[in-house]
Amino acid sequence: MNTAEPRSWTGRAMPRLEDPAILRGWGRYVADVAAGDDCLHVRFVRSSHAAGRIRSISAPAHVTLVTAADLAGLHPIRAVLDRPDYVTVATPILADDVVRFVGEPVAAVLAPSEAEAEDALDEVVVDIEPLPAVLSAEAASRRDAPLVHDTEFPGDPNTVVDGRIHTPGFDEAVASADRIVTVQVGSSRQSAMPLEARASHAAYDRATGRVTLHATLQMPHMTRTGIADCLGIPEDDLRVISPDVGGGFGAKMTLAREDIVVVHLSRTLRRNIAWIETREENFLGAWHSREQVYDIEGAFSAAGELLALRGDLVCDVGAYSCYPVTFGVEPLMAMAELPGCYRVREYSVRSRGILTNKCPIAPYRGVSRPVQVLAMERLMDVAAAELGLDPVQIRRTNLVGEFPHRTPSGLVLDDASHLETLQLAADMADLAEFRERQRAAREAGRYLGIGFSSFAERTGYGTPAFAARSVPMTLGREEIATVTPGAERVICTMDPSGGVTLRIGASPHGQGLRTTLSQVVSDALGIEPSSVRVIDSDTDTTPYGWGSFASRAMVIAGGATLIAARELAERLRVLAAHRLGGLPDDIDLVEGHARRRDTGEEIALRVLARDTYHNAQLIPDKGQPALEAVGVYDPAGTFANACHVAEVEVDPDTGEVRIERFLVAEDAGRLVNPAVVDGQIHGGIAQGIANALYEELIYDERGVLVTTSLMDYLPPTVAEIPPIRIAHLETISPASITGAKGVGEGGTIGAPAAIANAVSDALAPLGIGVFHLPATPHRLRTMIRQASRTKEAAS
Amino acid sequence: MKPSAFDYVRPLSLDEAMEQLAIDPFESKVLSGGQSLIPMMNFRLARPERLIDINRVPGLEGIVPGQDRVTIGARTRHLAVQNTGLQGPLGSLLRTAAAQVGHLPIRTRGTFGGSIAHCDAASEWCLVARLLDAEMTVRSTRGERTIPAADFFQAIFTTAMEPDEILTSISLPALDDHHVTGIAEFARRAGDFAIVAATAAVKIEDGVVTRARVCLGGVSEVPWRSQAAESALLGSAWSAGAVAEAAAAAADEVDPPSDSHGDADYRRDLVRALLPRALNTAGAGS
Ligand SMILES: Cc1cc2nc3c(=O)[nH]c(=O)nc-3n(C[C@H](O)[C@H](O)[C@H](O)COP(=O)(O)OP(=O)(O)OC[C@H]3O[C@@H](n4cnc5c(N)ncnc54)[C@H](O)[C@@H]3O)c2cc1C
Repeated sequence: MNTAEPRSWTGRAMPRLEDPAILRGWGRYVADVAAGDDCLHVRFVRSSHAAGRIRSISAPAHVTLVTAADLAGLHPIRAVLDRPDYVTVATPILADDVVRFVGEPVAAVLAPSEAEAEDALDEVVVDIEPLPAVLSAEAASRRDAPLVHDTEFPGDPNTVVDGRIHTPGFDEAVASADRIVTVQVGSSRQSAMPLEARASHAAYDRATGRVTLHATLQMPHMTRTGIADCLGIPEDDLRVISPDVGGGFGAKMTLAREDIVVVHLSRTLRRNIAWIETREENFLGAWHSREQVYDIEGAFSAAGELLALRGDLVCDVGAYSCYPVTFGVEPLMAMAELPGCYRVREYSVRSRGILTNKCPIAPYRGVSRPVQVLAMERLMDVAAAELGLDPVQIRRTNLVGEFPHRTPSGLVLDDASHLETLQLAADMADLAEFRERQRAAREAGRYLGIGFSSFAERTGYGTPAFAARSVPMTLGREEIATVTPGAERVICTMDPSGGVTLRIGASPHGQGLRTTLSQVVSDALGIEPSSVRVIDSDTDTTPYGWGSFASRAMVIAGGATLIAARELAERLRVLAAHRLGGLPDDIDLVEGHARRRDTGEEIALRVLARDTYHNAQLIPDKGQPALEAVGVYDPAGTFANACHVAEVEVDPDTGEVRIERFLVAEDAGRLVNPAVVDGQIHGGIAQGIANALYEELIYDERGVLVTTSLMDYLPPTVAEIPPIRIAHLETISPASITGAKGVGEGGTIGAPAAIANAVSDALAPLGIGVFHLPATPHRLRTMIRQASRTKEAAS
Repeated sequence: MKPSAFDYVRPLSLDEAMEQLAIDPFESKVLSGGQSLIPMMNFRLARPERLIDINRVPGLEGIVPGQDRVTIGARTRHLAVQNTGLQGPLGSLLRTAAAQVGHLPIRTRGTFGGSIAHCDAASEWCLVARLLDAEMTVRSTRGERTIPAADFFQAIFTTAMEPDEILTSISLPALDDHHVTGIAEFARRAGDFAIVAATAAVKIEDGVVTRARVCLGGVSEVPWRSQAAESALLGSAWSAGAVAEAAAAAADEVDPPSDSHGDADYRRDLVRALLPRALNTAGAGS
């Protein structure tokens, strides 16, 4: 008998179970499903006008053309929020009569191969009568602006969300302040840009009339609901499978019009149909994000205490809503979470979502938080400079230090470590040493800078949090299908050989969830992760769940897993006690055995399992002849937190920013697998660096997207990402039953502000501050040129 | 992102390649490394009906030093140029330039002659060719001719070659040890085409510039020989200050395009910043 203390799997940086197959090229993606299948390929004809009326769509007879007229009977997508300021707009499956952005699908062609479908595309003639387009939130909300949708807007034109909060003591707090600090921050449009663009393959089964859709998704169950609603079919007529997914980052949680066309064509033509999106289409039509401008005003005391915060937040949401989370996702998150990790006693905010004739926005890793944190962190640095304080000091003065903390928008911050991560980050950065280097460099004409960014990352929030976005209306409630995510369910089964299968509603797509959930199960059952199989992303074989987004999977699906595994463990203890004597509480589950703590007697779990299924007469208490437990978890949410530090050097002649160091003090609660957590942070920071310095979608004055390839839109490569140093704190919060907090978005949320602060610190001698991202070399160089001209003129 | 249908032939000799190309020159394209042509076909910016793959044609690869000129076979891969043991200022210029062409996989496949034939104004090889007054040897079933760089690069993606001609080799002058050469460029990411690139070859005798060649990329449709910079340098005492003045003259002289990576003023600023870096004058006295 082995008496050594069993090591816990949780907390181990074990290699991901997913990796060997993916690294060897054995992964299976949608395009692999389509390859070699006798399917028809679809290509979408897309609008080349930002706004217009379709006069005609035509093609030679040999081209199989599908237009809105062929989709009669299908319902448009309606993404609904139950708020009086929310305006619902319908998204037709293919543009019907009018087009509202360049890239909007207006028709489809079908051919036996992708190349032939592209040939057919060239033969389609779309005649569009151009209409006036609105291309900025500012222009769209002006009086008499052309309307993107012909509908009633209760407030300003094209304004689809207009949220406000004004705390009672706000005006008084502002009046008592010593200094009002204002900043305007902004972010250009970005794209999540997953390596694998969208793709779907619908297989028609003649025997049952059922369609199996393979698509690259983050939310397979919700996608099935959405498609079934639009087609007006029972959900059971459709099976949705998301095989290996080449990156999602939010871009694959929103229902695609194209996927609905693919399923519809498969049903009506009784054929297998595939759509493999091109990169260009992905740029044009697969969701943008974060085109935002915030005007922020902080009322500070002389000592640097933030007494009140005012914000006017504007999000350009594009031409349509996104299903299921709606185009309220950016403005409402910004409104609720702007104060972030700071003690903001009084708060006055207006947050708007405004329609424009551009590609619709949808969540992208971090959603609004990269811009929120940019706003708050620039505010802190500007206020520090104006008040003669050190950036660390002003943060220390204002960070929330006591928990739970109720924010002015009603969120409750659970146990976290804002002050501690700030201190840890400052220690890692060795600020005094840096200031010395910076001074020496400046004397040599070089521009070094350091930037801090403290933030809270709201993660793992279930139904209560999503429901709070709504302000329920009473009228028409029964006809509007609002969607409020969500609980997660898992089913944990031990088979007769003692192996464990975990069926989850979450839908991992690169996060290593199969590994981390196996670690959780293994600890509860005293088995090895290699004997746990996680089954996900198939509506036929997994329980209904919301999928993977919003840094929720480890918290919510992980929590549900722990609940199920514990229940299964309890059952195994009961069965073991029946066989070994003693009480269930005296039984430990270790190394694949149930062992009596007092006598050391043990029985293999596989024996218990086999007997449960095959010798049911041995089961006590008339229990079921099966080993299965269901876990459900639906928490209110928990906040991870971190402090990022960027050190940069700016080349004043070219405007190039080189990131010399990137440091992270992270608190994601209990680290189920530290390597997986670090991987999430690294990837997130890479996308944060992309947001800060590189990526930008640009429309021209006619509303044509000019950045439609990876020659124009520039995701950084490994050469542009510096080494990242991470230190962890682990605050265990009761808000998450596993103790784990989400960590999927933090990197992206914190990095842009840290870099903006660092670049501003570097260029402080020239009086330059960075407020709009990305800070491209061209923009920085232009500011530097102007600053030196102003200086010259002054001297 | 799939090309339209095309025929593919893979000749085994230069004669056969020329004959194949002569069949339907306007609808055919020579395929060398494919690192520009294939992306253009996938974007459907190029729709050749026939590809003549010259990768099996013997005699098109290698760097051969001669009496006063060095000859580079058209199909010599970028990576082979990067690894050349060629001595002197030309060898060092070729190696430095090659290292900045794309990424390793692109350099492994893409070719020196392919770049020249493709004629992108920011391409390192087009710059070097124009800088050093390279001579391009082209052949067709009609015969062989040699085209000087000044005439060769005509407009973006447009050269003096006829559609039935194959570029076989490029010759560059060997530079004696009195030369200082260099190239510096600015790209947003490692491996991207430069927004602006500056390359120079300056002959210095007794501390005085006796010959100056300066060529800029990214500032016009084709590589730009900067006469302003060259005449500023010529006859001047070799110093960082002289190079800075030449860079300023070049920046004033050019009339660069504007696009999403930078406007004309930005490109002028880059010219000013990069020419001194190309000649590595940071350490030189002023
Ligand atoms: C991501 C990426 C980054 C890159 N970055 C750079 C960079 O920084 N700098 C740079 O210079 N290049 C860059 N390139 C382009 C690369 O260098 C190509 O290899 C080069 O431009 C073309 O050479 P090739 O041999 O691949 O030619 P191909 O692609 O095969 O052909 C290009 C054109 O030249 C013609 N052609 C080729 N050979 C001949 C011949 N012998 N006779 C007649 N016509 C011929 C073809 O018909 C075609 O029109 C990059 C490419 C990629 C994909």
